Amino acid sequence: MLTPRSPRETAVFDAAIVVNDLRKRYKDVDAVKGISFAVRAGTTTALLGGNGAGKTTTLSMLLGVLTPTAGSISVLGCDMLRYRYRVLPRMNFTSPYVDLPRRLTVGENLRVFADLYGLRSPKTRIAELAGEFDLADLLARPYGNLSAGQRTRVSLAKALLNRPEVLLLDEPTASLDPDIGDRMRTYLEHYQRESRCTMLLASHNMGEVERMCDDVIMLREGLVVDQGSPQDLLERYGRENMEEVFLDVARGRSDESDQSAPAREVAA
Amino acid sequence: MLAANEPNAVFYPQVGLAASARRVRALIRRHAYLLLKSWPRLVSMAYYPTVTMVLWAFLTVYLKPTTNFLQDAPGFFIGAVLLWDVLFRGQLGVSLTFLEEMYSRNLGNLFVSPLRLREFIAGQVTMSVLRTLIGVGGACFFAWLLFHYSIFTLGFPLIAFFWLLLAFGWSIGLAVSAMILRWGLGAEELAWAAIFLVAPVSGVYYPIAVLPGWLQSVAWTLPSAHVFEGMRSVLLEGALPWNHFWAAAALDLIYLAIGAATFQLAIGYARVHGKLLQMGE
Repeated sequence: MLTPRSPRETAVFDAAIVVNDLRKRYKDVDAVKGISFAVRAGTTTALLGGNGAGKTTTLSMLLGVLTPTAGSISVLGCDMLRYRYRVLPRMNFTSPYVDLPRRLTVGENLRVFADLYGLRSPKTRIAELAGEFDLADLLARPYGNLSAGQRTRVSLAKALLNRPEVLLLDEPTASLDPDIGDRMRTYLEHYQRESRCTMLLASHNMGEVERMCDDVIMLREGLVVDQGSPQDLLERYGRENMEEVFLDVARGRSDESDQSAPAREVAA
Repeated sequence: MLAANEPNAVFYPQVGLAASARRVRALIRRHAYLLLKSWPRLVSMAYYPTVTMVLWAFLTVYLKPTTNFLQDAPGFFIGAVLLWDVLFRGQLGVSLTFLEEMYSRNLGNLFVSPLRLREFIAGQVTMSVLRTLIGVGGACFFAWLLFHYSIFTLGFPLIAFFWLLLAFGWSIGLAVSAMILRWGLGAEELAWAAIFLVAPVSGVYYPIAVLPGWLQSVAWTLPSAHVFEGMRSVLLEGALPWNHFWAAAALDLIYLAIGAATFQLAIGYARVHGKLLQMGE
């Protein structure tokens, strides 16, 4: 049990996710090179970076489906590498890298996962989510017959079945049209406020990040190169929006000496 | 905030035998949805065992007038092929249940849920029993209907043979699943072919004594060889040879331990190499 003693430890004490010197090496490739960060409980944090920056690798390690080469991960006070089953019932995720069984209907898929997460009233919860995600007409349709956008909504509904306290979202609105995307963001914001859920979001949609996130962790080539609130980052980089900040970081402009607002490698 | 790992009005407790049973039931529900909504899938499960049984039944009809042991035990070949299918279906039931999750790219969802590995295996094994009962059950029905042969004439030993062969099938199924996880869907052919490696040394249709000496030694390390030898004793002598029964049971335990350990190692390998989230069609 962590007890707060100093301002720095207080920050850790309030964290739902604490990552310390996390590394992942695949043969001769260092995908994640020793990152450390903490995600405050009850906030939404973005994990930003270009392709290959290490976002999905980091999320996979947080979920326990990828074993780190070194480092530690604590989620809701539990060591994920040793006791993940204590905390997995309180987490959930969506990712474009996984799918649901295509020949099962949407309702059947949700029912299976409701049972896996031990819901006492699966039908009630599925009906709630079907209403919130506009899935009522899709419940009897095979998942494989849905459009990409509909599948994304089903995946989000599956991720919220167990009312997670920690929600990891990998590109959650990537294939949604602007209208549905906006509704999903509104719902996630509402859910986050209502439940005080901690969300960690990997996204390439900078508008989404500015709108939803309290904090941003910038990754490049497996390292945390900067972090702070969206407002802090905009001011630090002297930019108008997060898209420009992202480009500065992704293209390494933040490291150039003539840059007026250089980014620093962060040792969290 | 309601926590899923504490007893409350929204969630069942997440630990204990009842929680495990609920998660296994969820997996069975997932595969039952798939099976029960497709009659071609159900029919195809019984199709191959039935066709093979019919083939051996006609061979029995042809050979019986000139073959002494078939006059003493007319159900010899039919019983053998039905029991062989118990082994084959038992293995396929485990391997195909796993392959289905890979085809669906669903392993990631399952392994970030509270589902434990042992529960995943329990789900595979239960599905294997159901698939075997459907597949071999269909063939048994047609053996009775078309050839007036009832596998149940084997009596109590049939129950022992059924479970002993099924357990050996599970161990091979787990090892095959591990290989598919290790080498990807390129190795999926193993799900259909692996079992035939043990067929020649299991003595399904002939006594182990006909094998060369060194191959007999290999055969006696397999539970299936003891079961089929036992089946022949029951048919020809009317008694269950307990030495074969206990040998098969002990070997099953060893093979099951090896199969489960291999599968666990493969899951560990997949976790290290990031395959759980990315494997699929």
